[in-house]
Amino acid sequence: MEGIAPQHLRALQPAAWQWFLSPENGHFALALACAFACAQCLLPALGARLREPRLARLGGGLAWSQALCLVMAFLCLGTAAVQDDFSVRSVAENSARAKPLLYKVAGLWGNHEGSLLLWLLVLALCAALLATTARRAQLPLFLQARVLAILGGISAAFGLFCLLTSSPFGRLLPPPADGAGMNPMLQDPGLAFHPPLLYLGYVGLAVPFAFAVAGLMEKRVTPRWGGWMKPWVLASWGFLTCGITLGSWWSYYVLGWGGYWFWDPVENASLIPWLSSTALVHSTIAVEKRDVLKSWSLLLAIASFSFSLAGTFLVRSGILNSVHAFASDPARGVFLLLILGVISGGALALFAWRAPQFPAEPGFPLLTREGALVLNNILLCTLCAIVLVGTLYPPFVQLLFSRTLSVGKPFFDSTTIPVFLLLLLLLGIVCALGWRYTKPASVLRALRLPALLGCLAFPLALIWLAAFPPALCAALAVWVLGATALALLRRWQVNRRAGRAHRSLPASQWAMALAHMGVAVSVLGMCGMSAARHDIVELPVGGSVSFAGRCWKLAAVSPVQGPNYRAERAMLQVSRPTCPTNAGKPFLRLTPERRFFPLQDQTLAQVALHITPLGDLYAVLGPSRLLATRHGKQLVWVLRLHDNPLAVWIWAGGLFMALGAVVALLGRSRRPAVAARGEG
Amino acid sequence: MRGPLGRRHLLALLPVLAFLLLGSGFWRMLHGLHNGQFDPHAVMTPQLGKDVPSFPALAGIPLSGTPTVQGAGTGIDTGIDAAALQGQTGPVLVNFMASWCIPCVAEMSQLKAISQVLPVWGIAYKDRVPRVAAFVRRNGQPYARLATDPDGRAAVEWGVTGVPESFLVMPGGQILWHGTSALDEATFRREILPLLMQARKEGRW
Repeated sequence: MEGIAPQHLRALQPAAWQWFLSPENGHFALALACAFACAQCLLPALGARLREPRLARLGGGLAWSQALCLVMAFLCLGTAAVQDDFSVRSVAENSARAKPLLYKVAGLWGNHEGSLLLWLLVLALCAALLATTARRAQLPLFLQARVLAILGGISAAFGLFCLLTSSPFGRLLPPPADGAGMNPMLQDPGLAFHPPLLYLGYVGLAVPFAFAVAGLMEKRVTPRWGGWMKPWVLASWGFLTCGITLGSWWSYYVLGWGGYWFWDPVENASLIPWLSSTALVHSTIAVEKRDVLKSWSLLLAIASFSFSLAGTFLVRSGILNSVHAFASDPARGVFLLLILGVISGGALALFAWRAPQFPAEPGFPLLTREGALVLNNILLCTLCAIVLVGTLYPPFVQLLFSRTLSVGKPFFDSTTIPVFLLLLLLLGIVCALGWRYTKPASVLRALRLPALLGCLAFPLALIWLAAFPPALCAALAVWVLGATALALLRRWQVNRRAGRAHRSLPASQWAMALAHMGVAVSVLGMCGMSAARHDIVELPVGGSVSFAGRCWKLAAVSPVQGPNYRAERAMLQVSRPTCPTNAGKPFLRLTPERRFFPLQDQTLAQVALHITPLGDLYAVLGPSRLLATRHGKQLVWVLRLHDNPLAVWIWAGGLFMALGAVVALLGRSRRPAVAARGEG
Repeated sequence: MRGPLGRRHLLALLPVLAFLLLGSGFWRMLHGLHNGQFDPHAVMTPQLGKDVPSFPALAGIPLSGTPTVQGAGTGIDTGIDAAALQGQTGPVLVNFMASWCIPCVAEMSQLKAISQVLPVWGIAYKDRVPRVAAFVRRNGQPYARLATDPDGRAAVEWGVTGVPESFLVMPGGQILWHGTSALDEATFRREILPLLMQARKEGRW
């Protein structure tokens, strides 16, 4: 020990807070949270069963205790990650000293163990929030107890899964000097926030699920039940929309292939619950407003959460063959399948038993908003089934017939587009429909102008896109935009003429208009992208090429040193006239990079992107090579250039949809009395 | 419908049945994953030493205005199928490519060099015929035959995970070598040429 001064030894001793936030304490907090979850599953349920209010009231406290424990566990894991504690296995496998701080934090959920902890934390926070807002929402005590008990059960199952198969706090001995680092592709702000947003959506769907199961247990589903569930449905749908939008945006500008949706099984795993929860949003509205579509809502709530669980299972068990890298482990798969069987299988069995006992609902004419909601549900569920079949077909064919095959874009394009066209048609019609009864003549009158707009848009789109299905899509999108905007205008005029005190439209109107226009905007973006052009060119420094009506000149290629990579950065000057004249001044400089990450021995393209409302210019730098020419050898660079019309509309539309959910939520919270009306 | 098995009961039972069916399928898949009988990533297993897989016959790509490679025998747009590969009298290099792939551009000069000693058969993976034709016109034409695999079905049978990938196929159809990156001179000299020499010595062609 000679040679080590006492002050050095003191430096080795952790500070009090470091001890407090040690991985062992995190592990303990996780176990404690699991115990609280078990109690939250049992005690309030028992209270509701025995009609014992004191027991039933325990749910809220237990939910908060569980949430606090998980916050603690998450802080412990965060401390280990930020302090580069490579004796923690999950940190050593996914982090490195040279990683920027943002990605040390984002790396927490960039792997199986950490993302599971985040999953648990979000679920516990949802339960705690539910318990806190229950009084204001006038949620009956025993219903609240049942909902919390179901959420506790889900928490307990996943807590056990985390503790038994994938603890994020496992130690590694001896600790490595540096971590293995993170997949450089994931080191991007977009992807840092993509998983938490998706999880907020996935996990938020647990609350409608719990409401559905509790409703089945109580054999009572009322419009107020729909009102209690609706904010949770809206919020999780909004988060899911944001998460998917961000993920698609990330794949567009990080992966460098210039597309936005690949129909990859992992992408589909998030699309399936999105489609079913979109249907759920609509049928919940029908339950709240008109006391219809109750069985549908129950089934959709169960299905949406089951799909999000199934997605978790499929992605982590290794069953799906995807380009997305996930550590897969059959043992984890077995555990997850058991959880899925108990939670979803149990809920579906309860549905099969109880749903037929609900009294039959009154019928309604098709030409009403209720009728449109039924059609919408059918179409969305059809889409959902198509995506599900396309995703599960390859593994099932392999299981049954031992043949490998892939189902890709051609299948999904040819099957989903017709259904989607019908959905767009319906989106326009629904604007002219009212609840209960609508005069056919008034529908026709209201839809004349949008139909005219759509008919005018079709030939224009056909000329521009030179392809039939996208042009039809674009025309229908214009029809939806026109119908929605006109319906808003008409409502406003009616309000003004009546001289009502509340001249402004209700938030639900704005929300619906925003969400539906968002769909149309996204569709227009996709139509534009169907006309995207790209070209691969080889240019020496100083060379130029004409592409998409512009002249692209490779001005320079220079080396760059990043925090954990080396890069070659190209300077592309883009000018308006085509190349032979080459007189125009460059209006744009693009700097695509080719980054090399030595730790992972991986080369990645950093896309250069110029975004305008009318279209994106997009450039990817490839490798260089020596080309033999008449004047000797010449170094040329491979470049891929894209011209993507209306690309940004795809994601703008996604944001509009999510904004619709936000407006609907805010509009509700300002008028809490609305939820309380008209039901005994 | 109030009976024990009315229409509503049957409808409500459907989701459970679907769930049970899917669940048991997943269960068997997990079981197969565990004991190695089921591998969804099987498309990635190496094809080395095996015979060329049976894949759907691929239509050829007509290239107007490009000269055919010498000694190609039949035309470049004949198309490619398993029987044609097995029936060759000499080794063939099968090259999966696409006009949208950057490394494919990079390997073209080497493919041209290889085509002097070994026929190269190109398969355009998930690509459009005019684009492939333009690509070949722009970057040179090393192919003795060029066919299109528009939906990637053949690529799946071959175990191709991305482009470019190349396979060295011996007469009779045995795959002797599989490369999963752009071909360069070093790879050809170090990996393919010795195999060809060895096969020649053994009198396989």
